[in-house]
Amino acid sequence: MSAYSVTEPSRLSKSVAALLVVGYAVITLLPLLWILSTGFKSGPDSISYPPKVLFEPSLEGYVNLFTTRTRIGAEQFAALPPPETWYDKIVRQSGTVIAGPSRFGERFMNSVIIGFGSTFLSIFLGTLAAYAFSRFRVPLKDDLLFFILSTRMMPPIAVAIPIYLMYRELGLSDTHLGMILLYTAVNISLAVWLLKGFIDEIPREYEEAALIDGYTRFQAFRKVVLPQAATGIASTAIFCLIFAWNEYAFAVLLTSGNAQTAPPFIPTIIGVGGQDWPAVAAGATLFLLPVMIFTILLRKHLLRGITFGAVRK
Amino acid sequence: MTVTPIDRMARATPPKLARRVRGLSDRAIAWLFVTPTLFLLLAINIFPLIWTVRLSFTNYAANRPAREVEWVGLRNYERILTSEGIWSNMQTTAHFLIWTITLQVLLGFTLAWLINRKFKGNDLLTTLIVLPMMLSPAVVGNFWTFLYQPQIGLFNYVVELVTGTPASSFSMLGPGGLAKWSIIIVDTWMWTPFVMLICLAGLRSIPDYIYEAAEVDRASKWRQFWTLTVPMVLPFLMLAVLFRGIENFKMFDMVVLLTGGGPGNETLLASIDLKREAFEKWRTGYSSAYAIILFVTVFGLASIYVKALNKVKER
Repeated sequence: MSAYSVTEPSRLSKSVAALLVVGYAVITLLPLLWILSTGFKSGPDSISYPPKVLFEPSLEGYVNLFTTRTRIGAEQFAALPPPETWYDKIVRQSGTVIAGPSRFGERFMNSVIIGFGSTFLSIFLGTLAAYAFSRFRVPLKDDLLFFILSTRMMPPIAVAIPIYLMYRELGLSDTHLGMILLYTAVNISLAVWLLKGFIDEIPREYEEAALIDGYTRFQAFRKVVLPQAATGIASTAIFCLIFAWNEYAFAVLLTSGNAQTAPPFIPTIIGVGGQDWPAVAAGATLFLLPVMIFTILLRKHLLRGITFGAVRK
Repeated sequence: MTVTPIDRMARATPPKLARRVRGLSDRAIAWLFVTPTLFLLLAINIFPLIWTVRLSFTNYAANRPAREVEWVGLRNYERILTSEGIWSNMQTTAHFLIWTITLQVLLGFTLAWLINRKFKGNDLLTTLIVLPMMLSPAVVGNFWTFLYQPQIGLFNYVVELVTGTPASSFSMLGPGGLAKWSIIIVDTWMWTPFVMLICLAGLRSIPDYIYEAAEVDRASKWRQFWTLTVPMVLPFLMLAVLFRGIENFKMFDMVVLLTGGGPGNETLLASIDLKREAFEKWRTGYSSAYAIILFVTVFGLASIYVKALNKVKER
């Protein structure tokens, strides 16, 4: 940029803009910081008024998140041997003992299995379809692409009714496989649209050169196009993963005991007299943190992902 | 299975040559690649949709599969379209849609416009601001019920600090008419960055020379803003509105966890009502008709809107 340009904003206007945006950022990040800090508060600290900004950090929330606890009689309690581990000690402070592990670990693992499973499947199918749509003359191509996109407009509850019935017939209700297939079907429209955009950007000449060198079409796809599309595939994968990770409506309607993911589980973490907020916040922190990291990694392709490739920057 | 001469020949050919020969035609590859995706969508999207249409003409109840299913024709549709509850839900949905979109457009555009001043560190700030929109609406919506607690919640505390209204004197989620606004606030908090990102892309797509030319013509900054910036960003802004419109019409997760449709029916958006009918009252036939009506509404509104969007783009 030249030293003086009429379009370059003045220094004053830059500072004012920066100040306002920082102000917005602080306000908007406050709820997230509150989740993070509540996770490290003790029960009484979390519900004190005025809200505590400075507090003595405690791992009570995290311990409660991973355990179930019972209250026992005072005599029994006094007769207990001294606590063996640090988490035993934390639990004893509130007059309870650990009864066993909670289901959070299981639910979290379900989220991981279903998230990664459906992401893998959507990327696998999506890359193939996107390549075909990008390179070959497929009859009714535009209609098919629009059809793929329009499946995303349906309210989840609308399809949930027949899927619930269908899964009940097929024995897929409350199974990992059922959820993986369902999330794949939802994600595939995003995967096809985004990946088609990325593959469109790879010059055809590369493959044509490979074909002349004696590669088959399939080899050219595998050895030339796939490596070129790697970044695009990776960012599409992250978008699919985030969607499957965050999904709630299908998860709450179609799963209960076995394949339930974390989003329907976290709001049900109950303490004495309502939700156990430090434990909820601890669960939320563990659950949200991976997505925050992915968002930061994705920032260059974010716009493309959220607009189905309609806006590419 | 019988072994044909071709099979025998195929087995006799060295694998390398066979691969060359079998190199599928482009047409075959195209179909091979597209079919699995289409099949999955047909099985898990289109087939269920057709099933919903079928169910919508019956009085089926999913919790009583043994009961005889009666064909009721258009009665479900008739009952939905003439029920008063539906119209009040539609109004609630419209109130939510109009306010979230208006606030998000105003805030999102302003933020994008400020960030486009290209001050130092604008990239980092953009990334931070974007965070809420990527997070699980269910988990975050649930946590907002804590922030909204009248006695101990951070939101009420901040309101007291800023405006002086005592924190315990109002309850965002309780009766008193504030619940409608509580969901609008959370949605705006989550999704303003979405509109902002798209507007920012629009602003960055305007080439500098256009402003330079306007400057030469001595157009005032105010005039430049209204005759250059706004029209150039408009197609982007309209796209953002389309996405937000569709998403918020379907809104379920965040609101269910925040208010559950309550207090009373104050925040009963269409898809929450649909869930109650389908999975709590188990009126499967009735709710199927309801689902079809909602789908047709979104689809119809979206198509009309896309036509308008294309007209703006052509200008």
